[in-house]
Amino acid sequence: MLQLESLSKSFAPNVAALADVSLDVTPGELVALVGSSGCGKTTLLRLVAGLDSPTRGAVALDGEPIRAPHPAIGVVFQEPRLLPWLNIAQNVGFGLMDRSAAERENRVDAALLRVGLAGYGGRWPRELSGGQAQRVSIIRALVTEPKVLLMDEPFSALDALTRASLHDHLIGLWEAQRPTLLLVTHDVEEAVALADRAIVMQPRPGRVFADIALDLPRPRDRLSPAFTEAKRVILAALDGSLEAPSPRQKAKHASGAWW
Amino acid sequence: MKLPSRSVLSNPWAIGLILPVTAAILYEAAAHLGYVEARLLPPPSRIAETLWSLAVTGELWTHIAATMLRLAVGFVLGAVAGILLGALTGASPTASRLLDPTVQALRAIPSLAWVPLFILWLGIFEASKIALIAIGVFFPVYLGVMAAIGNIDRKIVEVGRAFRLSPQALTRRVLLPAVLPDCVVSLRSGLGLGFMFVVAAELMGASEGLGFLLLDGQQLGKPDQILAAIFAFAVLGKICDGALVAAFRPMLRWQDSFAQSVSPSAAAPIASPPLPAH
Repeated sequence: MLQLESLSKSFAPNVAALADVSLDVTPGELVALVGSSGCGKTTLLRLVAGLDSPTRGAVALDGEPIRAPHPAIGVVFQEPRLLPWLNIAQNVGFGLMDRSAAERENRVDAALLRVGLAGYGGRWPRELSGGQAQRVSIIRALVTEPKVLLMDEPFSALDALTRASLHDHLIGLWEAQRPTLLLVTHDVEEAVALADRAIVMQPRPGRVFADIALDLPRPRDRLSPAFTEAKRVILAALDGSLEAPSPRQKAKHASGAWW
Repeated sequence: MKLPSRSVLSNPWAIGLILPVTAAILYEAAAHLGYVEARLLPPPSRIAETLWSLAVTGELWTHIAATMLRLAVGFVLGAVAGILLGALTGASPTASRLLDPTVQALRAIPSLAWVPLFILWLGIFEASKIALIAIGVFFPVYLGVMAAIGNIDRKIVEVGRAFRLSPQALTRRVLLPAVLPDCVVSLRSGLGLGFMFVVAAELMGASEGLGFLLLDGQQLGKPDQILAAIFAFAVLGKICDGALVAAFRPMLRWQDSFAQSVSPSAAAPIASPPLPAH
């Protein structure tokens, strides 16, 4: 189980990017972090990845504190970030260098096949389209079979059709491997199409505003009334998150103009 | 008149030869017809003749060997120093603040200004020549390596961090491949400057070397010998640059694929799997 315990992150004194975020994610759960820009979604993800360290609070995976990148946690960034000097197969196998060559090859081939890129192993990253490159980046994170996969707006740079097809790929991969998946997105439809649960965040400083369960049956029908209703609920929460005064402002109102 | 066949025109080597060969033919004709003074401006045939006679006596090879040996030693010294210092200032902000202002100040000095000092310190023989060449090679390599390290994409480095690479593995698997293209470019410009300074060093006084042939040709009034030496420099420069590029080509194949996909003449039909829809 992935536990976030009152995580706070300040980049400069008194500029809190994230304040007191606590969250429990059960194994195999697919959680979407939704919020407007500047609400600390990416900051939160980087703390869970161990790429940054929190100012206060802690992240723990199965009770083990995460302070640095961990083998059981995979990351997919907003950009594919493939290494241009490695071919596609080498990129996918980047995290498998400690395995035997045969095992690496098997896993890479199987992963490429799964996302419809069989036969692309010998190509170079610059020969791929954006959607293909992002698929490679997702399987690069998944071939090491992490318990947790973190994704930072992985589809935001893609067109709508490519994005929908990558959603299907992602769900396929997730159902096959069942990692705990934390997906940052600003796309409400994406959250409803994919997640078991949407965490709506609130900006300045970043906090959890609402925790919305999305128990729609899979595969999800984007045209069904339940889907539309779920979108409406999240959108309403997002609106609320922007209108609600921050705790600091609340305190100011309560104490009057203290200066 | 029949145009050259497509295959000749599409061969980059053949295209590159059109201009110099045409110029040589026109010049040869002009010299034979008396439009130019062949004594001061010898035609290509005279230059080739001189080159040939220098080659059969073995003189040419002695000079080439002398020049190339100086250049090789100077290039290696300058390049190694440039790579080490450039890597240090590129990787460490402290080292950069400490060292880079001084190096930049030294760089502002025209390298030839060191010549009198080097001769006083190191004598008029090989050491001072090699020092001058090394200085010439050092600065472009230093600047190039430093910039290459500064330009490494932090996002790619973060991929290495996310996969928990040790510092050594990060260097080997991410940092070195990332800086290699820029480093090769800086080595190539360093080599070019090395050629420039080997000539300068040999013009200062040498008893052998292609630079000596230049000076000897000037003093004895033999323009064909000067042009023969210049031609030899051109050929050697191209060969050395080509060898440098070829040495790194296996590691930079991933860039070739880009050049090929852009340049229409080199684009070969690649057997590719059918593109599946996204």
